[in-house]
Amino acid sequence: MDDVRKVSDYRGIPSHTQVPQFCARCHSDAAYMRGHNPSLPTDQLDKYRTSVHGILLLTKNDTKVANCVSCHSVHEIGDAKMPHSSTHPVNLIETCGKCHSDPEYMREYRIPTSQVEDYKASVHGIALLEQNDLGAPACNDCHSNHGAAPPGFNSLSAVCGNCHAIEADLFNGSPHKPAFDENEYPMCESCHSNHRIIKPHEGMVGIDEKAICVECHSADDGTAAFETASAMADAIGQLITAHRRADSVLSEAIDKGMMTTDEEFRFKEVSQALIQAKTLVHAFNADSVASKAAEGINKADSVVANSAALIDEYHFRRKGLGFATLFITILVVALYLKIRQIERTAE
Amino acid sequence: MATKPTGSGFFDSLYGWVNERFKIDALVEYMGDKKVPVHGHSIFYYFGGISLFLFVVQVVTGILLLMYYRPGADSAYESVRFIVANVQFGWLVRSVHSWSANLMILAVFVHMFTVFFTYAYRRPRELTWLTGIGLLGLALMFGFSGYLLPWNELAFFATRVGTGMAGAIPIIGDDLMIVMRGGEEVTGATIGRFFGLHVAILPGLFTVLLAAHLVFIQRQGMSEPISWQGRTEKDKQYQRFFPSFLLRDLLVWLIALNVLAILAVLFPDGIGAVHWPLGTKADPFAPPPEVIRPEWYFMFAFQALKMLPAHVLFIEGELFGIIVFTIGGVIWTLVPFVDRKAGNRKASYLMAFGWLVLAFIIAMTALGYILE
Repeated sequence: MDDVRKVSDYRGIPSHTQVPQFCARCHSDAAYMRGHNPSLPTDQLDKYRTSVHGILLLTKNDTKVANCVSCHSVHEIGDAKMPHSSTHPVNLIETCGKCHSDPEYMREYRIPTSQVEDYKASVHGIALLEQNDLGAPACNDCHSNHGAAPPGFNSLSAVCGNCHAIEADLFNGSPHKPAFDENEYPMCESCHSNHRIIKPHEGMVGIDEKAICVECHSADDGTAAFETASAMADAIGQLITAHRRADSVLSEAIDKGMMTTDEEFRFKEVSQALIQAKTLVHAFNADSVASKAAEGINKADSVVANSAALIDEYHFRRKGLGFATLFITILVVALYLKIRQIERTAE
Repeated sequence: MATKPTGSGFFDSLYGWVNERFKIDALVEYMGDKKVPVHGHSIFYYFGGISLFLFVVQVVTGILLLMYYRPGADSAYESVRFIVANVQFGWLVRSVHSWSANLMILAVFVHMFTVFFTYAYRRPRELTWLTGIGLLGLALMFGFSGYLLPWNELAFFATRVGTGMAGAIPIIGDDLMIVMRGGEEVTGATIGRFFGLHVAILPGLFTVLLAAHLVFIQRQGMSEPISWQGRTEKDKQYQRFFPSFLLRDLLVWLIALNVLAILAVLFPDGIGAVHWPLGTKADPFAPPPEVIRPEWYFMFAFQALKMLPAHVLFIEGELFGIIVFTIGGVIWTLVPFVDRKAGNRKASYLMAFGWLVLAFIIAMTALGYILE
């Protein structure tokens, strides 16, 4: 650290508005940063200028919005990989929440303040905060960090598609894509919500009153959507039933101590087929979902049949042991009586 | 008196045919005259026979397993899985093989300690004791070599630890370890060596020693309790070896067979500390499992070596343990030559040593399982 730029004169405390430029003297200097941390980007200030925070601060002089030190702190600045850092994924939720969860502070911006609470209840929040899965997205993975802004309706599939690539591809090729574009509906968010994204379940698809499909579609809306939703729900429902049956019979065979390695492997294929069938829903094509479901059901039936055979084998073994024990016991008794007879004769 | 067949019938004709060629009259007469002492501890006479029976079971089931087992890092685990999952009654054969191995070691230990505590090793049975100790050593080597053959995770790491201990022996340790492993590490080459040892070398040596052991016993008869010294013949009680003792032996074998069948069917993968689940295939690059433990009959040595400090005096802890075990083993083997007393004179110091050894084995084994 000997080469850290020497202070030639006292600069005083920068004002809230001056902070971005103050930090950027070094952090936007690519040549200088190369000597300290070559892997660190130097475009933070450029991105910040495009962010909601940057626009409000730099063009409207709104000093309530976040600048560098709001998130990174002043003298305790740590790399985002460091667990104690305020920008470490696990800590970032509370860092953003300092302002965004404060209704009083956020009142004039007229945006919700339930994001942190919603996120914590979401599948992503549970994965990151409860299961310590650092692969789960935190605030910055969807909103960016220095260029923080809400993703627009038309970029949602790209944002979510960073991780959920197959679902995004299927959706982009589906009949929903042009309709959503035309009506400017947010893609993933329309069905999955944004911050409170719960684990998808089979009840989301179908024509029941709790299904998401019926929020837009009805039997007489002039499209085939109702039939498609119904067919997809039926196919997935049948596969789930087959999956549960296979799980139950296989578990019984495992509990009985039978050799179930092959069936356990095949059962994983059933689970995989279920995941794939659910994923195919994003193409909104009933045939492809039904085809994948049929493949899974066939495998599940095979698991059930083979596991049931193993359970029969278990009972066969016990019966065999019973007969063998009876036979040996008779032999033991007969031999004992014979010994007694021989010894009595000898006496 | 001998019960030579007299009269007519198929069996008498067969006996006459064999006798004409091999002159077995004398042998039958000898067998008929043999007697076995009857006293309060007679039940321990049967443990040698139980060990023999369980060894025969292992030979038979081992031959059956050989028909499907394929040694090698790419085939051993798969072939054992095939035996258990696909071969008709393959699971039963493997289970009986494993249970009989464990029960045989137990029976051999009981046999050895009862021989020791009843002074049955004394003159003129020195060679019977020595061949018995040799058979115990071979039985333990059978167990150690057989443990690796399924090439599963547990066996792989236990063998790595076990062969690694051999490396602590001074001077020859490193070379011995490399010879045992067939290289620096436990690999497919180790399976080849252990397989050859398990199915060819050890059975050959075992058969020779077992034959000698049985011949010695038959020639010298069962040892009488030392308290019988000085008694008159009418104060001693005997039963005839043939048919009484032999039929009783057969009765005990049948009971052992039934116990074996019950254990093999109800617990095909073993139970508690005595277990051999196939589990996952050995992966030399995988992290070792949380608990690595040897077979239960090696646990006392494993635990004792584990509990030793890094250094005892100026000697490395593990090496110190191996030296102590070696000295103890040599004394135990040479017991008939250490105890030169005869008649009904007791060797109290030696018996105290025996009880100490037994208590040490039991305590260390128990600690091994409690502390893991």
